[in-house]
Amino acid sequence: MNSKEAVIRTEGVTKIYDSGEVQVEALKGINLAINTGEMVAIMGASGSGKSTMLNIFGCLDYPSSGDYFLDGIHVNDLDRDQLADIRNRKIGFVFQGFNLLARTTAFENVELPLLYTRNVPNQDIGLLTSQALERVGLTDRAHHYPNQLSGGQQQRVAIARALVNQPAIILADEPTGNLDTRTSIEIMATFQELNCQGITIILVTHEHDLADYCRRVIEFRDGLIIRDQALSQPHDAAKDLETGQWKTFAGQGVPS
Amino acid sequence: MKWKNLIKVAFKSIVKNKLRTLLTMLGIIIGVGAVIVMVAIGKGAEQRIQNQISSMGTNLIMVFPGSSQQRGVHMGSDQGVRLTLDDVEWLKKNSTLLEAISPVVRSGVQVIGGSGNWNSSVYGVSEGYLAIRDWKLSSGDFFTANDIRAQSKICVIGQTLVKNLFANEDPVGQQLRLRNVPFRVIGVLKERGQSAFGQDQDDVIIAPYSTVYYRLSGQPHIHQILARAASLNQMEQAQAEITSIMRESHKLAEGEDADFTVRNQTDIASTAQETTRVLTILLASIASISLLVGGIGIMNIMLVSVTERTHEIGIRMAVGARSRDILVQFLIEAIVLSLSGGLIGVMIGFGATYIVHLATDWNTVIALENVLLSFGFAGAVGVFFGYYPARKAAALNPIEALRYE
Repeated sequence: MNSKEAVIRTEGVTKIYDSGEVQVEALKGINLAINTGEMVAIMGASGSGKSTMLNIFGCLDYPSSGDYFLDGIHVNDLDRDQLADIRNRKIGFVFQGFNLLARTTAFENVELPLLYTRNVPNQDIGLLTSQALERVGLTDRAHHYPNQLSGGQQQRVAIARALVNQPAIILADEPTGNLDTRTSIEIMATFQELNCQGITIILVTHEHDLADYCRRVIEFRDGLIIRDQALSQPHDAAKDLETGQWKTFAGQGVPS
Repeated sequence: MKWKNLIKVAFKSIVKNKLRTLLTMLGIIIGVGAVIVMVAIGKGAEQRIQNQISSMGTNLIMVFPGSSQQRGVHMGSDQGVRLTLDDVEWLKKNSTLLEAISPVVRSGVQVIGGSGNWNSSVYGVSEGYLAIRDWKLSSGDFFTANDIRAQSKICVIGQTLVKNLFANEDPVGQQLRLRNVPFRVIGVLKERGQSAFGQDQDDVIIAPYSTVYYRLSGQPHIHQILARAASLNQMEQAQAEITSIMRESHKLAEGEDADFTVRNQTDIASTAQETTRVLTILLASIASISLLVGGIGIMNIMLVSVTERTHEIGIRMAVGARSRDILVQFLIEAIVLSLSGGLIGVMIGFGATYIVHLATDWNTVIALENVLLSFGFAGAVGVFFGYYPARKAAALNPIEALRYE
């Protein structure tokens, strides 16, 4: 694998949580490379280390040892403010609970990352925000408040917010966990569409059915990668919605 | 984050929670309002006293008999050595910086005339007295140097006597009997009201000093010498000159304590002003305490707000807010809170001052610098009490903040 193309590269990354008496080794030496344009599902039971991995990917946390490169930047060397800037410019987050600011319109939620970006002229902020909302098909909901939107629409606002700064990767932490099956597949369709446009997407899920929409599945257990598999033929979410295919596995959508 | 956006965000969060915002600001509103009202009352009193003292006459220098202090022991003014008309003559002859000099011979008298009788004081003075005290006549004339030489039995009376003796007639030209000596009223003084020390300044009769000295007082001394310095800038030199002439007149050896006291308006004014200034400071500091309490209220609410909005802070950090952005956001919120409170407090202070003025008829003065000061102090309270909660917010760990529900 050509490391120059890798947007994410880890070399022997470990993470140890030290609460005084007990030391928990959440990650036990992860070597991983994810290239630009991939759509990766990260799976694993709770406690497997996948959330820890996502925090490190997302520059919310430092590894205890090992090296982490994001888009060629050695993240270990950065201070708190530099991490904030990296999160701002390189990473878009999508969370299970949407994490939108309440009593703040969709437009203002999407605009938020741009407000923390240095050197974005004010007139561009409006334009970029509108474009991001258009990409998730919510132009007509721009001035609605989160509590006036459905769960799927709220999550699409969150995706627009993740997109607005043209990040190198989108990190989605169980983005469909709070949504019904049909809406989940709609969200997956949105991700697939964005991935087709060249955006790298890393998705944490524990539903195999959703992982099937990704092109690569990485499974964690006890702080180690136990499976790293490319899917030759991922499902097409848009087609499934059209054909109603999703109904057939809606009943068996049991978390593994 | 840009300042414009930061201020927008701060305003939005303040507007979102109207009742809480109002309650938080209340402390600052009351504090600023109280400071403004209290200082306005104090300043008003100060100004009133100042006006009254300056209405006693400008450039006025007073010479009293007796030293205010002799070897550490205070002496009464009328004890010991007296002032005499010779002292006045010496001053007239030798002084260069004085425009007018007048002896004052005071005597309490029963006045009979017009429609009844009245107990008052007669002041024997020279023709320059009106100029020295900066007093004006409302009708008639004042006596001249000729009247003094002739010991004319004429006088000028104040409004209290007019009211009590000549309620329905023009007093000018009428007769008054002072200790059975008939005097002709030649003029009436303008109303002057109470002095700063509560004395009725209209209850006076003014007559040539020679007449009072030789015909009424019966004492071989005078009570006071008043002089008017030629220029306000030379008050100190004039005072020094009087002191040296008087020492000469009283034949005091060098180093010997003076047996008289020379004072000017500013001495009296500064004593009175010092008193009211202390009063103002006292009032202002009591009011400031409520400002401080208001500040603690802001800190309290900001701390609650930081806890309540931990999740929001997590979201902001996840999308790229630096610690400083969060710090500044919360600090601006605290400052906007306290400054808005300050602004409302200023308005309420103005209103309350006006109401106090209407209700009590006290003189009140709202000085711009005091308004700005209390407004600025409110802002400073915001910064001071907002900083700790803001730092707490900025120091949050983004992962934990995001997880916080």
